[in-house]
Amino acid sequence: MFGILVSGILKTGRAALGAALGLAVLSGGSIAGKDMVAIAADPVRVGEINSYSGIPAFTLPYRQGWQLAVSEVNAAGGVLGGRPLEVVSRDDAGRPDVAVRLATELITRERVVLLAGTFFSHVGLAVSDVAARYRMPFLAAEPLSDALTWSRGNRYTYRLRPSTYMQAAMLVEEAAKLPVTRWATVAPNYEYGHSAVAWFKSLLAERRPDATFVAEQWPALGKIEAGTTVQALALAEPEAVFNVTFGADLARFVREGSQRGLFRDRPVVSLLTGEPEYLGPLGAEAPEGWIVTGYPWDQIGTPAHTAFRDAYQARFGEPPRLGSVVGYITLAAIAAGLDRAGSTDAEAVVDAFAGLELDSPFGPVRFRAADHQATMGAFVGRLAVEDGRGRMVDWRYADGADYLPSADDVAALRPASAR
Amino acid sequence: MSVYLVQALSGVAAGSVLFLISVGLTLVFGLSRVVNFAHGSFVMVGGYLGYTLTEAFATGPLGFWAAIALSALAVGALGGLIERTLIRRLYGAPELLTLLATFGVGLILKDAARLVWGPDDLLGARAPGLGGSVAIVGTPFPTYDLVLCAIGPIVLALLWLLFHSTRFGLAVRAATEDREITAALGIDPARLFTGVFVLGATFAGLGGALQVPRQAITLDLDLAWIVEAFVVVVIGGFGSLPGAFLAAQLIGQVQAFGILIVPEITLVGVFALMAVVLVVRPRGLIGGVVVPVRAAAASPATRAPARAGAWQRLGTAAAVAGLAALPLVADPYRLIVVAEALILALFAAGLHLLVGIGGLVSFGHAAYFGLGAYGAALTVHHLGWSMTPALVAAPLAAAAGAALFGAVCVRRHGIYLAMLTLAFAQILWSAAFQWTALTGGDNGILGIWPDGWAAGPTGFYLLTLAVALTGLAVVRRIAFSPFGFALRAANEAPARAAALGLPIRALHWAAFVIAGGLAGLAGGLYAFAKGSVFPQVLSVAVSVQGLVIILLGGLQALSGPVIGAAVFHGLETEIMRATELWRLWLGALILILVLAGPGGVAGAAGALVRRWTGERERAAGADRS
Repeated sequence: MFGILVSGILKTGRAALGAALGLAVLSGGSIAGKDMVAIAADPVRVGEINSYSGIPAFTLPYRQGWQLAVSEVNAAGGVLGGRPLEVVSRDDAGRPDVAVRLATELITRERVVLLAGTFFSHVGLAVSDVAARYRMPFLAAEPLSDALTWSRGNRYTYRLRPSTYMQAAMLVEEAAKLPVTRWATVAPNYEYGHSAVAWFKSLLAERRPDATFVAEQWPALGKIEAGTTVQALALAEPEAVFNVTFGADLARFVREGSQRGLFRDRPVVSLLTGEPEYLGPLGAEAPEGWIVTGYPWDQIGTPAHTAFRDAYQARFGEPPRLGSVVGYITLAAIAAGLDRAGSTDAEAVVDAFAGLELDSPFGPVRFRAADHQATMGAFVGRLAVEDGRGRMVDWRYADGADYLPSADDVAALRPASAR
Repeated sequence: MSVYLVQALSGVAAGSVLFLISVGLTLVFGLSRVVNFAHGSFVMVGGYLGYTLTEAFATGPLGFWAAIALSALAVGALGGLIERTLIRRLYGAPELLTLLATFGVGLILKDAARLVWGPDDLLGARAPGLGGSVAIVGTPFPTYDLVLCAIGPIVLALLWLLFHSTRFGLAVRAATEDREITAALGIDPARLFTGVFVLGATFAGLGGALQVPRQAITLDLDLAWIVEAFVVVVIGGFGSLPGAFLAAQLIGQVQAFGILIVPEITLVGVFALMAVVLVVRPRGLIGGVVVPVRAAAASPATRAPARAGAWQRLGTAAAVAGLAALPLVADPYRLIVVAEALILALFAAGLHLLVGIGGLVSFGHAAYFGLGAYGAALTVHHLGWSMTPALVAAPLAAAAGAALFGAVCVRRHGIYLAMLTLAFAQILWSAAFQWTALTGGDNGILGIWPDGWAAGPTGFYLLTLAVALTGLAVVRRIAFSPFGFALRAANEAPARAAALGLPIRALHWAAFVIAGGLAGLAGGLYAFAKGSVFPQVLSVAVSVQGLVIILLGGLQALSGPVIGAAVFHGLETEIMRATELWRLWLGALILILVLAGPGGVAGAAGALVRRWTGERERAAGADRS
């Protein structure tokens, strides 16, 4: 009995070995000499951390985005003259302490040459601090907090996505054109909400000294009591509303607001609402006429974007979201940065990112040397409902470079150690 | 004026929903003393089922309401299944163990919902015929909210009838008052427990399904509701039906008018209200049942932990030597993970002194962990202190906080004490969150790294090991000191302890301060281990983690917190690296551990050892005879 078992295992083992050898021969035979060098070369390992189990609706499209970019980079011969790019990815579950542990793991055990990723601002800040301590380049993909590149910036941290300040500045430009002066604001009660409202107020005051803010509401993130919040805003009789809520809070705010007539004859200026991640779940109830920042994925016809969208849809069978674009550009930028550095040396890579330029689905993107912020922009437009779903109309691309303070101004914002 | 009327009505609608969601929790707790952490998950599942069923059937009002009712019943059935297969096995076990089990169920249900419904928010259709609004003295008000305003009182009336004019209801009330007598009268408590659990889950499901026309259904619905449901139950008085209704409506109104005066109140409002109510009316608005939450069953099985035998001493020495030698073989990452487990063990050891030995259940031990972490971080960040004085400041800050809060908390008992600790922790959390000038708000404090000889992974690991071992030795010393025995006596026989002249309140207060100081020390170490501090260190999640660790490890053994920390942290880090469905696996493992060994890992190991040594002794005895 035992003998049969053993011989069975041996047989299976031999079969597997044979199959593996056969595959190796097959693949070896089909690869041309030049590619053999690339396969044999040491891969360049990039550490990637994001909140895949914490906020999957956003981070899963993001992951598909960077997976696409990695395939394209490697298909085109990899980086640093033929070395394949390899991403070691980890899930931080939305917790900064977990992210810190994983960042250390990636640096010390997985021997990555660079860190990337993160969604939440506090997670991004925690990882940026680890990066500075270990002198490891870190490209923050999605966090919005201004602190990441300004008040708490450091030499090793760069950020891709347009910051809270930039997105607020884009909307202020539109808000200033409106024939209204009495504003009310509603924002989630945490750093992102507070800094978005603060920037909106101060930037609008520069363009429209006559603007007044008559009410503000700070619902707890994810727990908005929408009915009473809407009523409290209406009580102040504002002429326009600036909204920063998003996700589940936004859906409740929109429903209660439209049922209670808050948006009747009142323009609303709203951060991020045009992003497919937030617009999609609203379906036919997308609030028409709102002025938003976002990503009209179905309408951008530039060759770079069309190529990206087609490749993405072909591979994943679904349209890209903003996270997909962010993930894609993140890894594309890393490949470009490594090539520009010419080595995997941390200091060389950090220096290479300063002023790094690349073409992206959104157009040219440059990493500013002054504050390590990328000039990736966002689309500004109005919401409309067509065929039972929300779309952005009358949109334009707001290039991030036009919505950032000058190099001298940001130099004063960054700590001395970061320069 | 009409605006204020509408604001009040909006508050009533919110209060109605809150009542539906909380009523099951209060009924279940009142009858069976089960602290059901999965209650919020029932709300979430109710929401998802409501979404699916209304999308499928809701072409008209009939279909819509049928779909809502069906969702509620389905969640009730799920609750019945969980009660029958899991909770039932734990009624004889320490009551806190059901908390651990339902925590595991909550983890599993969250990932299960993600697998079934996907990660995206789902916004359902509005209720047919109720999608618009009606003018109330000129101000538009959603028709659906008007329906919600009515549903709350209707459910209250129906439940009142159920509990006052049916045989089942009378039996439940009797069993809530006195379980043993009711059982002695020939009423099967098991059937009552199942019935009430199903009832509670049904209303949680109803509350969730009724959210479909109001909000998107998300995977975060469980946590969004569970803590507030607890607050309602506490403010109303545990087990009190009208109390829950009154408390839910009070919270609805406080939120509705609070935001008109102080818009930032949203984070702290309900917890401040709970703290005030508990201080003024210790048993809630409508005096709920007095429930001593016993961490461990007061059965003959409870016994003073034996002093370590020769084998145990040898084992401990070997473990310490192994840990000290770890830097010789382990890479930096392994050292970091083990250091984190040691910090958690230190945190849990203090909590174990409070819960396991003192019998004082704290749902807010994160307060002291966080005070320590912030104490260390603030002295480094604002005062420029180096690591060593900051690590001294950490336990002092936490002990001071524990002395202050503990003085209020020890005047309460059982679950009310536990909820008061939670309230204080939440108030501290919102302070850390909103006092941006001091704490950096949710962007936290960065750059809190160890300095000097402890800067490297090995140095910091050895520092952590030395501090943690010292802390654990202190806990052990305290447990076997006269103070420790007095604390145990006050827990296991309060009346006799008081008759002997033991100052019970002072003992409890001292235990609070010691446990707080140890948690603070752990928090200080954690700040330096992570290099940054965020308000999350003060969150409910950290408090629950502490409880999970000591329950996993076992409350009866002093080694429990250490073993629990090692098992929990090891499982969590490894599973999280392996799969995004880590909640599912962690939850399943917790359930297996709970069912396999209600005494925790240390308890199970101890039982094995006793059986082995017992058999040996018996064998030896047989030889002699």
